[in-house]
Amino acid sequence: MALLEVKDLKVRVEEREILHGLNLTVNEGEIHAIMGPNGSGKSTLSHVIAGKPGYEVTDGQILFRGEDLLEMSPDMRAAKGVFLAFQYPVEIPGVATMNFLRTALNAQRKARGESEYSTPDFLKKVREVSKSLNIPQDMLKRGVNVGFSGGEKKRNEVLQMALFEPSLCILDEMDSGLDIDALRIAADGVNALHSPKRAMVVITHYQRLLNYIVPDIVHVMSKGRVVKSGGKELALELEASGYAQFEDAA
Amino acid sequence: MPAVQETVDRVKRIDVDQYRYGFETLIESDKAPKGLSEETVKFISEKKNEPAWMLQWRLEAYRRWLTMTEPTWARVDYPKIDFQDLYYYSAPKPKKTITSLDEIDPEILKTYEKLGIPLREVAMLEGVEPKPGEEDPNRRKIAVDAVFDSVSVATTFKAELKKAGVIFMPISEAIREHPELVQKYLGSVVPTSDNFYATLNSAVFSDGSFVYVPPGVRCPMELSTYFRINERNTGQFERTLIIADKGAYVSYLEGCTAPQRDENQLHAAVVELVAHDDAEIKYSTVQNWYPGNSEGKGGIYNFVTKRGDCRGDRSKISWTQVETGSAITWKYPSCILRGDNSSGEFYSIAISNGFQQVDSGTKMIHLGKNTSSRIISKGIAAGKSQNTYRGLVTAHRKATGARNFTACDSLLIGDKCGAHTVPYIEAKNSSATFEHEATTSKISEDVLFYCIQRGLSQEEAVGLVVNGFVKDVLQQLPMEFAVEAQKLISISLEGSVG
Ligand SMILES: Nc1ncnc2c1ncn2[C@@H]1O[C@H](COP(=O)(O)OP(=O)(O)OP(=O)(O)O)[C@@H](O)[C@H]1O
Ligand SMILES: [Mg+2]
Repeated sequence: MALLEVKDLKVRVEEREILHGLNLTVNEGEIHAIMGPNGSGKSTLSHVIAGKPGYEVTDGQILFRGEDLLEMSPDMRAAKGVFLAFQYPVEIPGVATMNFLRTALNAQRKARGESEYSTPDFLKKVREVSKSLNIPQDMLKRGVNVGFSGGEKKRNEVLQMALFEPSLCILDEMDSGLDIDALRIAADGVNALHSPKRAMVVITHYQRLLNYIVPDIVHVMSKGRVVKSGGKELALELEASGYAQFEDAA
Repeated sequence: MPAVQETVDRVKRIDVDQYRYGFETLIESDKAPKGLSEETVKFISEKKNEPAWMLQWRLEAYRRWLTMTEPTWARVDYPKIDFQDLYYYSAPKPKKTITSLDEIDPEILKTYEKLGIPLREVAMLEGVEPKPGEEDPNRRKIAVDAVFDSVSVATTFKAELKKAGVIFMPISEAIREHPELVQKYLGSVVPTSDNFYATLNSAVFSDGSFVYVPPGVRCPMELSTYFRINERNTGQFERTLIIADKGAYVSYLEGCTAPQRDENQLHAAVVELVAHDDAEIKYSTVQNWYPGNSEGKGGIYNFVTKRGDCRGDRSKISWTQVETGSAITWKYPSCILRGDNSSGEFYSIAISNGFQQVDSGTKMIHLGKNTSSRIISKGIAAGKSQNTYRGLVTAHRKATGARNFTACDSLLIGDKCGAHTVPYIEAKNSSATFEHEATTSKISEDVLFYCIQRGLSQEEAVGLVVNGFVKDVLQQLPMEFAVEAQKLISISLEGSVG
């Protein structure tokens, strides 16, 4: 059974159809890249999978391990292992990052009927993960993303991904705004999470990221549809010739 | 804005009727006849075995009150109160004189238990004799002066306080035992003629706390009062008087919850604080009275006058409040900065939900030289509530070097509520520096969704974001209170999102 199956998905936002019948199948262990011009609907797709309110699904299905994802509340989806690293992570003033991580992790565990982490176990785990991502401990004492640089915010997303151990990771432009070193650290973090049980969907505009996170399958999105899928060489092709060739196909 | 829409829908469905603290205790009570007259005032004074001067003081206030009219300037709206349709005195019938916790009516103790205030446990945990080796230095002692309806029924920790020379007792007792202190200070901060509700309180106040900390004494424990309104149709008129003599320090905690009922209940308390030279008073409140049901029916009317007088040089008074309950709140804990170099602080969290109306804020009145004040106000409005911050900062002609910093932040949950900021600033000398910052924001969809994507429920997400919003103020509360307040915020928001 596929981990994620998006079938003929049609989505409207404020009376306007953004996704016009999108198909995507992701199996455990695979790394998928989604590329496509601005406004083609990449973030919309990721939001609908994660359950962000404001999108109206008018047709189609999203199955997660065969279960109807659209029937689940967004927090339930998170507990089931859907993780979205946001293109624009938000700031939460007054809520210490450490406290946030712990609250979220325990909420997920509770929803799955697992016991909460003890304080020492939790701290140990956070220390390990943040160290590998080069995140200083005192950053975790600050408000969630408050005053974090663009790169720090993205690393904080990867940190959460590593902590929560989701089975489907969707990364929406995690490379935007990252310098070369930060990109490598973040990509290493993502690669470290790669496992036969976990799938990654990497949304990006740049082939460069795919040198670090090597995809099994590359999809091209245009005007609310997947218009072409292929191997990693498709990304190189795009880099060379742009999206113009797909405009008609859409 | 779909998530907000969802919040709004849930708010519509709130079952405030399931108000956690809504229950009544079945105990016999001793009531004054309904209505207000000189007879009522005399009845109360007699019940309390008051000396003649006290009755005289009350009667003067009562006569003054007859000439006054209710204030209408606050942004609150309620049907006219029929002051003749209320009871002004109600006390649990004491079977005998109470000398220890064990003698308290078990019904009353049960009430405290339901409130989550295990008086017995407090007594044991915070007790005079902790088991050897189990003393936790972080666990400060709390003395509880419990006011049940109108009469204080339990006063603990008397012995230890006595050793330190601190007087902490029901004000009714203080009137008999320390008349010189009461006569000297009562009404010296909030005069009997101050305002409609304060004057009413002066005439009919039932009970409350009295604290006197002698010169140079640091009160060895936090002083605390828990009280609740229990008798149907009984106006509750608390009177609290706290005096910190030269160089003294005291921290006082006030927390309240009330059972639910259909009729609106009037509550008009007066709190007076006096800080002499180099003294400091910290006064913290957590207020969680019945806010009314989902149609806006019932709930407490809370018209309070709280004022602190920084009478001495270098004195300091700090008000911290967490307001989550009441149908109507009309409350402006204030500081008169009379002494040179004195300072006043006001930290406030006011949450309104359902049909609640909050008009609250502070007054900082700079009279002395180099006085400073600080105001941090956080208002959170949800449901169909209205939440107004009303503040006044003035510097007198002689108050050279007066400084104030004010920050008022409002957070809106949903789009049927309102937040308003009404600051009045008045500097009568050019050396005053007043800074004012104000923000109003809506709880962000994106922030909520971020939290929910990480596994929090909608409710938990709102709770987390709001607790982050009010963090600056929560930090001002004594530790034990901060934990309670944080829980309370989540509870009141539980209501706000379903
Ligand atoms: N809330 C909204 N209201 C109106 N239009 C929206 C909304 N959200 C998305 N859209 C529109 O949907 C289309 C797809 O947007 P989306 O953000 O999914 O594109 P994207 O592929 O992620 O683009 P980018 O590469 O710039 O991130 C755009 O035309 C956008 O304007
Ligand atoms: Mg996007």
